Amino acid sequence: MKFAVPLILFAVLVGFLGVGLWRDPHLVPSPLMDRQAPEFHLVRLDEPNLSFSPREMLGKVWLFNTWASWCVSCREEHPLLEALSKADVVPIYGLNYKDKRDDALNWLNKMGNPYVLNVQDTNGRVGIDYGVYGVPETYLIDKAGVIRYKQIGPLTLKALEETILPMVRKLNIGLQP
Amino acid sequence: MPSPATIGHFALIAALLLAMIQATVPILGAARGKLSWIAVARPAGQWQFIAVAIAFCCLAYCFITNDFSVLNVASNSNSQLPLSYRFAATWGSHEGSLLLWTLMLAFWTGAVSIYSRHLPDTTIARVLGVMGFISVGFLLFMLTTSNPFTRLIPALPDGRDLNPLLQDPGMVVHPPLLYMGYVGFSVAFAFAIAALISGRLDAAWAKWSRPWTLVAWTFLTCGIAMGSYWSYYVQGWGGWWFWDPVENASFMPWLVGTALIHSLTVTEKRGTFKSWTVLLAIAAFSLSLLGTFLVRSGVLTSVHAFATDPKRGIFILGFLGIVIGGSLALYAVRAKQVGRGSPFDVVSRESLLLSNNVLLAVAAASVLLGTIYPLVIDALDLGKLSVGPPYFNTVFVAVMTPAMFLLGIGPIARWKKASIPELARRLRWAFAASLIAAIVIPFYVEWKPLVSLGLLLAIWITVTMVINLCDKARTVRLKSLPRGYYGMQVAHLGVAILIVGITVVTGYESEKDLRMERGDTVSVGGYDFQFKGLNLASGPNYEAIRAELSVGRNGIVNVRMHPEKRIYNVSGNVLTNAAIDTGVFRDLYVAMGEPAGENDGWSFRIQYKPFVDWIWAGAFLMAAGGVLALTDRRYVISAKKKINRREAA
Amino acid sequence: MNALLLLAMLFQPARAPDLDQRVMTLSEQFRCLVCQNETIADSHADLADDLRQQIREQMIAGRSDAQISTFLTDRYGDFVLYRPRVTPKTYALWFGPFLLLGGGLYWLYLFTKHSPSSSKLRTLSAEEHRRAAELLRIVADPNVAVYRDQFAELESDFRAGLVVRAQYDRDRDELERRLIEDCRE
Repeated sequence: MKFAVPLILFAVLVGFLGVGLWRDPHLVPSPLMDRQAPEFHLVRLDEPNLSFSPREMLGKVWLFNTWASWCVSCREEHPLLEALSKADVVPIYGLNYKDKRDDALNWLNKMGNPYVLNVQDTNGRVGIDYGVYGVPETYLIDKAGVIRYKQIGPLTLKALEETILPMVRKLNIGLQP
Repeated sequence: MPSPATIGHFALIAALLLAMIQATVPILGAARGKLSWIAVARPAGQWQFIAVAIAFCCLAYCFITNDFSVLNVASNSNSQLPLSYRFAATWGSHEGSLLLWTLMLAFWTGAVSIYSRHLPDTTIARVLGVMGFISVGFLLFMLTTSNPFTRLIPALPDGRDLNPLLQDPGMVVHPPLLYMGYVGFSVAFAFAIAALISGRLDAAWAKWSRPWTLVAWTFLTCGIAMGSYWSYYVQGWGGWWFWDPVENASFMPWLVGTALIHSLTVTEKRGTFKSWTVLLAIAAFSLSLLGTFLVRSGVLTSVHAFATDPKRGIFILGFLGIVIGGSLALYAVRAKQVGRGSPFDVVSRESLLLSNNVLLAVAAASVLLGTIYPLVIDALDLGKLSVGPPYFNTVFVAVMTPAMFLLGIGPIARWKKASIPELARRLRWAFAASLIAAIVIPFYVEWKPLVSLGLLLAIWITVTMVINLCDKARTVRLKSLPRGYYGMQVAHLGVAILIVGITVVTGYESEKDLRMERGDTVSVGGYDFQFKGLNLASGPNYEAIRAELSVGRNGIVNVRMHPEKRIYNVSGNVLTNAAIDTGVFRDLYVAMGEPAGENDGWSFRIQYKPFVDWIWAGAFLMAAGGVLALTDRRYVISAKKKINRREAA
Repeated sequence: MNALLLLAMLFQPARAPDLDQRVMTLSEQFRCLVCQNETIADSHADLADDLRQQIREQMIAGRSDAQISTFLTDRYGDFVLYRPRVTPKTYALWFGPFLLLGGGLYWLYLFTKHSPSSSKLRTLSAEEHRRAAELLRIVADPNVAVYRDQFAELESDFRAGLVVRAQYDRDRDELERRLIEDCRE
């Protein structure tokens, strides 16, 4: 009966709203998923005479973590990064985003350095290319240089155990995650 | 002597118990014909209002007296805050604003219980019962998840301070006005549910639902206009409408409420379209409740949203499901019984009014669609997109333009059957004149299609209004026309003025975003702004850097503007306080950006906004029309009728 | 589709040739990802500054607005667009309101066409006229009060010559019919 139409439409609406309660409207998923990681040539933080490009990482599975000394949330995930680097499961490379070299080096000295190496993105251009809109953000990149996963916000134990590490294992053996 | 917070808490519990009685006993009594149970409705409602009012006064007292042992006070207020803002901070948080909601609902309950002696007791029993049910929901929600009286032990020495954006007269006025409106639609809603329960929708229902709807609509119009004006002068961008989810949440009930007022006219006059009117009444309040959900659940991003919590979201969603779902289920079952009513022609005043209804309803549906579409796409795992003002502006204007056009024809068309040739004859010169004026006028400044369209609608509405008045004057004395008629004309004139404001400011505003040093001059919109330099200033709870600008036109300097950048002492928040020079035909708007170098260098955003105040003038004129219509003789409940009633009983 | 674009174009603010203006105008088309309720033009966030700078540089390099828009959506997805694109995903969004409007107006038309026209309604019996007159004498009923007002209005319209005799009779019948209907116990 046509008088039931409003009720049916309302039920559909409530369904969507209910699902929406468990979603975060602020999260912006990356359009770079399963795409080639953008190319760049940036100066290294530790050795300013040398530069680094993601092409050097072809054939390896690696994590690309954006951070800054002024970022409070980065402090939250730092112990996790330290533990991860000690476990030697997957190498962690860092993008020092919109930071001053001295501040960054001091921060690493004080907090510990889990990174194989860091690159300096002083003006944030590479960050824009990677669709970074807040720090920290972490990318999982496979042997072909394709971005497989993006963690928005600090890394969590849950994300590592449930998503990232299983993907790393599969990618290392050569399986699709 | 227990502390006010404890008294307040117990008052809320008492209110909940009273509301439970109010929600159940009268409705059961009406179903069973038990007069004693029916008679419980009015006193239960009135005592519930007293209990909620006590709770509200207690919370306000805690704020005014700086009782930082109450968590809500400590989180939202501070001893340095001026008195009026300490009072307004009572509703500055999620918990406090819920208490305000509940207070408004209780107030409307009390009002209905008093101003309804001329209506059958069974009807009022059901109406108050429905309102009681809603009160139960809100009181339960407060007492279980959002208690404003939670204590902080040990008490903090001082509080966190109210968000500086809220430290403004707008904050004192906007939420109460808005809530009076939002919540006021609960009365029409309750009347509709009562009618569905009884299975009868008669002329008295249509006539007496209307004033309650009109009052709520008037308050909501003022509340939305106030909110728009407030964000205009507080936000620092010079914008006055952002299609932000929370703005949409108040606009949707307004659109449906406008449709409802007009639909009630048709139902009262011809007894037709009853089921549609009932649906509108349900929809208006449902959208108010939906708005409450959207703002407090974290489901959408919004500037306005309160601190969010999925648990609260679940409660409100559940409550929504019960109230709205229940009403719509009742509608699905009972609407057919409500009766068909008298016929009318394809072209008639009824069909014109109802076409406008359809347009308003579609506009409201589009706003709803645009607001929740990102959520829908995300829930279906189709990605993430955003729907911004460009969508709303395009669709809303496209849908409302025909509605504005019909607005001119409706009052002139006859009931039951209007003759198209006759309408065309009476209106063709009006249309021609409006079209010519609308095309020619913009040439004085700069011709733009949007401006012509807006002017066409505004002039059309005004001219047809004059024609209508002249027609009426020929057959009756203008003084004898009912106030309702004048209310309509005033409100429609308000619409025309609003359209002029929106059209001109959108078409001809100009702005410059630039860095200035002391002594620099810039020209915007024909005015010359000279930056004289910086000063330090301070207020009761803030320090500020204040810029001095002198503004002139054609060499004559006659305006001084002082925008500020304020830093609030307690929270450390930085607020941009724009300087606005208000004028009938234009506003000048200057906001400070960031410091930029020596010699007092700062970045400024300077705007010229022609006719922008016409927007709010038009809105308040619409509200004035509503008030005028309310004072119509038909709504006077004479003492004579009450006495006759007692005699007849 | 083109009509929509044309309509949308009507609502664009006029553009000055100035580079600053062009940057601001284009920036108003994109959502800031940090302060998600503001445009890149209005937002004070660092990222917004960076993106405005990017837009400026690309404009100087001669890129078109469409190219700059693609640049941003390649990196941030459709979320960054203030005006949603017209794609299969958004057909419901863009066309829904107009379909609804068409549907609503058509339904209204059907409603008026299918109800019996006023001239075809049967006239009232003498019994019904008596009943109506009886009801009108009741003082305290709210419904009767409404109909009394409407009868009075009809009378004054008739006396003022606004209503002809035939229409007046039909209208009286209708009011009586509704009165009896509403006052049924």
